[in-house]
Amino acid sequence: MQTTILYIGRDTEITIVMNRLLNARTEWKGFCVCTDEEAISILKTQDVDLVLLGNGITPECENALRNDINALKPGIKVAQHYGGGSGLLYGEIMSALN
Amino acid sequence: MSQFILHKENTRGHANHGWLNAHHSFSFANYYNPERMHFGVLRVLNDDLIDGGMGFGTHPHDNMEIITIPLAGAIAHKDSMGNSAVIKSGEIQVMSAGTGVSHSEFNALADEQLNLLQIWLFPNKKNVTPRYDQQTLNVEAMHNNFQQVLSPSADDAGVWIHQDAWFSLGKFDDGFETEYKIKKAGNGVYAFVINGEVTINGQTLSKRDGLGIWDTDSFSFKANTADAQVLLMDIPMELS
Repeated sequence: MQTTILYIGRDTEITIVMNRLLNARTEWKGFCVCTDEEAISILKTQDVDLVLLGNGITPECENALRNDINALKPGIKVAQHYGGGSGLLYGEIMSALN
Repeated sequence: MSQFILHKENTRGHANHGWLNAHHSFSFANYYNPERMHFGVLRVLNDDLIDGGMGFGTHPHDNMEIITIPLAGAIAHKDSMGNSAVIKSGEIQVMSAGTGVSHSEFNALADEQLNLLQIWLFPNKKNVTPRYDQQTLNVEAMHNNFQQVLSPSADDAGVWIHQDAWFSLGKFDDGFETEYKIKKAGNGVYAFVINGEVTINGQTLSKRDGLGIWDTDSFSFKANTADAQVLLMDIPMELS
């Protein structure tokens, strides 16, 4: 079964890397965006299992995002992604899903 | 009552990619162990052997304090902040990834293996402006002494980072004993044996073993061999 993961981060270059990493594994399907509006759009149209919050998101934006996520998909898992690349990604996803 | 956790060398994660032979004290890349996710704010402790001329192409980081300590050989570093440098054994490099930075790391030597420790700490403040620094270590001051090589303050000895962390390195004679006092209440220490054998609070540690200690303000240390070399990472136990 494929796990659908939405990554939100402000750095375009990191977002491109995350898109490549998340879609490199057959068990994951990744959507990677830089803006909250794009994230909300994905949440409305896709069956997202996990949201990863990446770099550059202010505390105010994070609170608003968490409220929007909870309103659109109550109970969906939200985790922080640190590091910007592959080093911590697998562990973060496994920890969040398990 | 002090608490501890012992990570023996042979329980680390291991990935041999040919050009890269890596040992992970904590979950990293495809090595996932839910009991080895972090020790306080210490998230990554990688012990990498990299073949001559090989390395990591340009890749991004964010919101991590990344400390690199070459144990043998030299690293060629280039980053998106415009830094281009070679860091040799006897030096330390720090990079605050903050809002995002890209860099490459290669073995600077074509015919010599590079051995480095790469350490990632969660920062105490997210989305800081990325920064880079490197310093030459005072190797002589490490003889029978835990010499500070990293702190939270630009005015203190060693490099500085965005975390209430203090790193110390020491090389000890056989039989040398001392007591280490933890720098800040609430901090713990992760001790990593680079070489030789030591005893910390009654726990005997061999080369590449790690010991995490917390809920104490000090601990005893004794070197059991003439070549004992240890890195102490004095770090917050709570993620901010």
